[in-house]
Amino acid sequence: MSGPKTLFDKIWESHLVDQQDDGTCLVYIDRQLIHEITSAQAFDGLRESGRKARRPEANLCVPDHNVPTTPGRGGTDEIEDDASRIQLEVLEANAAEFGLPYISINDERQGIVHVIGPEQGFTQPGVTLVCGDSHTATHGAFGALAFGVGTSEVEHVLATQTLIQRPAKNMRITVTGSLPEGCTAKDLVLAIIGKIGTAGGTGHVIEYAGPAIEELSMEGRMTVCNMTIEAGARAGLVAPDEKTFEYLKGRPQCPKGAQWEMAVEQWRKLPTDVGATYDTEIQLDVSEIVPQVTWGTSPEDEIGITGVVPDPAQVSDANRRSAMERSLEYMDLKPGMKMTDIAVDKVFIGSCTNSRIEDMRAAAAVAKGHKVADSVYAMVVPGSGLVKMQAEEEGLDKIFEEAGFHWREPGCSMCLAMNGDMLQPGERSASTSNRNFEGRQGPGGRTHLVSPMMAAAAAIAGHLADVRDLIK
Amino acid sequence: MEKFTKLTAVAAPLPIVNCDTDKIIPARFLKTLTRTGLGKNLFDPLRYDPKTGEENLDFVLNKPAYRNSVSLVAGHNFGCGSSREHAPWALLDFGIRCVISTDFADIFYNNSSKNGILLIKVSPEELEQLMEGAERGANATMTVDLESQEITNSDGEKIIFEVDSFKKHCLLNGLDDIGLTLKKESSISAYEKKQKASEPWLYA
Repeated sequence: MSGPKTLFDKIWESHLVDQQDDGTCLVYIDRQLIHEITSAQAFDGLRESGRKARRPEANLCVPDHNVPTTPGRGGTDEIEDDASRIQLEVLEANAAEFGLPYISINDERQGIVHVIGPEQGFTQPGVTLVCGDSHTATHGAFGALAFGVGTSEVEHVLATQTLIQRPAKNMRITVTGSLPEGCTAKDLVLAIIGKIGTAGGTGHVIEYAGPAIEELSMEGRMTVCNMTIEAGARAGLVAPDEKTFEYLKGRPQCPKGAQWEMAVEQWRKLPTDVGATYDTEIQLDVSEIVPQVTWGTSPEDEIGITGVVPDPAQVSDANRRSAMERSLEYMDLKPGMKMTDIAVDKVFIGSCTNSRIEDMRAAAAVAKGHKVADSVYAMVVPGSGLVKMQAEEEGLDKIFEEAGFHWREPGCSMCLAMNGDMLQPGERSASTSNRNFEGRQGPGGRTHLVSPMMAAAAAIAGHLADVRDLIK
Repeated sequence: MEKFTKLTAVAAPLPIVNCDTDKIIPARFLKTLTRTGLGKNLFDPLRYDPKTGEENLDFVLNKPAYRNSVSLVAGHNFGCGSSREHAPWALLDFGIRCVISTDFADIFYNNSSKNGILLIKVSPEELEQLMEGAERGANATMTVDLESQEITNSDGEKIIFEVDSFKKHCLLNGLDDIGLTLKKESSISAYEKKQKASEPWLYA
């Protein structure tokens, strides 16, 4: 294929190992992140067929989903839940048997796969990167083609360093305008999902472009790419630029010296060529948005915090209407209620969407000098040991603790409630995570997705609140 | 994986739009180390009362006509959310070999075909027709023939469907695609040799 190319086209074409007559492609995979939930059966598969890991050093294993976040949690052997402890032990044993790098929960580098990949410089522009986790889209913030895979594909990558794929379609979302005060990358991406819907990106790779994306920090770009999967697209991309290189320079797994210069020179060629075309183009101006919050059980069910719970009776599409009715019943909300009248029981600041240092700083800035409402349990879970150390150096942990937030050890935590951090049936959260699905944070739990600033504001107010009123 | 050729059975109607993977199999059941045994928790939040754990008798798979369903007719965007292969494993462990909808989430689609589950995309009109048939329960069986790419409803009406030719080949023959890929080992080695020369830092 000649002529102008998109960022996606360039990465895709440079990783083609083979193409069959029917269009099926064999794509080279440069990097794989592995965690404890989606890998055990893949290693079993290798053992059963007598296969080895083709390039052990191209993988990085870390436990995150199941790890306790209790302060001073100790080692793997101290995990009380048997099933969780065994999953961690099995991951460690598999990493040792197949010769894969492994970061244990006692290691200061431990954290959520999608936080530590970039931190370690394992994530780099132009690479193909996969993980048995749908939020692998996060790494697209660096101009890497990164997507979630199932366990069979984890095994396929371990054995062959490739995947069988078909090319995705190109979508570009151009975001203009400057984010207003009180709005963050999280509000931006929720607004996008609200606009295109949770299946809006199916079959596509989404490239985020435009001045509002360029203005975002790397942390902000990661938040946007992270939630690409909630719009149905497997991968999100942002063209690498000086900010990207600045973030990566000196990271442990990044090239050094002359090789760094050589790498940057190649990475500069990655952005989409002038004149390249996309299958789908979307435009969004964010200069008028207000802080976003979800009211339902799909990430597309979002609304500005100044709004009211929508009325299904106003919706003409029968499928959509019945989905809304079911959501409102599950969420125990009535049409017309002001969003700011919805009381919350728990606040969760963390997850691969919003647990990086910038998120910690934003939430702490709101929390400073305030107190968490008596009716609320609020927890802050940094994305990695390194984020935690940085936050503590800056005194953010003290700000949170003085305000009544619980400062925890790193992990996925209440995003998906596998590790004991969870909602009880009927409880309601304001959460900086990525999914408000029924039962996601515990059976019968009710989730409102928000930014870290909005989560801190909800913790203080005791109900969903407009953070702009606190930071005036 | 088990072959998929042809299936004749009652299909269970599940007209939920955006049925996500947390509904198909919630995260708390993902602490398993095997691919089997997840069927009893398939659609757990819908199938059981979250407080008592009793069966919810209104849920389709708890109704007598559908308790042994091997196929589903489902709402738009089935399988959205997580990449957990536990979702198709749970379907398969329950006995589901075929799901029909207007659209599926990409990762779920791939994961299902690697486990011998056929996912069929149809038009909204066709889905409506199949959903009506499925709601008739035990009186209305449906036949899915992968070789001829045809669904035949209980009235004998036919719907032709599209399927990726490579996935069709693998499903019809029950092929393990790692084995197929390893036949191209020399191409993979050649790619690595070239990449190592141009991007040596990826091999440091």
